[in-house]
Amino acid sequence: MPDDRPTLSSGWGRALVFVYGVFAVAATGRSLVQLGTDAGKAPLAYSLSLLAAVIYLVATTCLLAGGRRAWTVAVVACTVELVGVLSVGVLSYVATDLFPDKTVWSHFGQGYAYFPLVLPLAGLAWLRHVRDAHNE
Amino acid sequence: MANWLEVLVYVTAGTTAIVTVILLVRDRPAGDPVYLMLGVAELVLVVQVVAGSIALANTDRDVSGVLFVSYLVGVALALPVGAFWSLAERNRAGTAVLLLAILTVVGLELRLHAIWGGAGA
Repeated sequence: MPDDRPTLSSGWGRALVFVYGVFAVAATGRSLVQLGTDAGKAPLAYSLSLLAAVIYLVATTCLLAGGRRAWTVAVVACTVELVGVLSVGVLSYVATDLFPDKTVWSHFGQGYAYFPLVLPLAGLAWLRHVRDAHNE
Repeated sequence: MANWLEVLVYVTAGTTAIVTVILLVRDRPAGDPVYLMLGVAELVLVVQVVAGSIALANTDRDVSGVLFVSYLVGVALALPVGAFWSLAERNRAGTAVLLLAILTVVGLELRLHAIWGGAGA
């Protein structure tokens, strides 16, 4: 890959990887503590936290790894993430009884300054940008 | 946990954040002064690790110890990791990484305060 073309983790991708990395660590840590201390309190919310953690880890790894296959997996991860934050965001307002405790994605990521909502959009935009740059 | 230390964290992180925003707007790479400011902010965070641990050992409050210490250490790791990560990109994107690292510090510091007040994960 020539140097003048962006890789997944260069340029603005570097900023993206940093945020994904922070969220991977934060979501993993939080879900492990939640599941470890009181798993029965909100099984659905805690499982979703764990799912979010796994997706952030996958996205971070793919952005760092680079290459065609990593690009594809990253697109899938970001899409699942977007669907996740939108559906959990809506559900946390509509079906409050489903979420007695918060997840990373509840209220569209309000507790995380709405980063969880912006992140998949930024991720998909970046992946698209890198693909276009390589097809030119 | 000492309040003045928290204030110091927000002041040092806040001023550095303002400087990085100015650099981002003017499209200038982050130079030594910014890294010096980050160093000062980091120094405060390292002091906070020590002071926070001592405060935790001496408190009667119902604070989740493991959670508190993990945030205490986590908030002190954000700036070194961010600074190191930004070095390969001495341009706007690199400066953005520095700003994101500072925002991470502010976010974790807020959580740290809540956990000290008795909040859970």
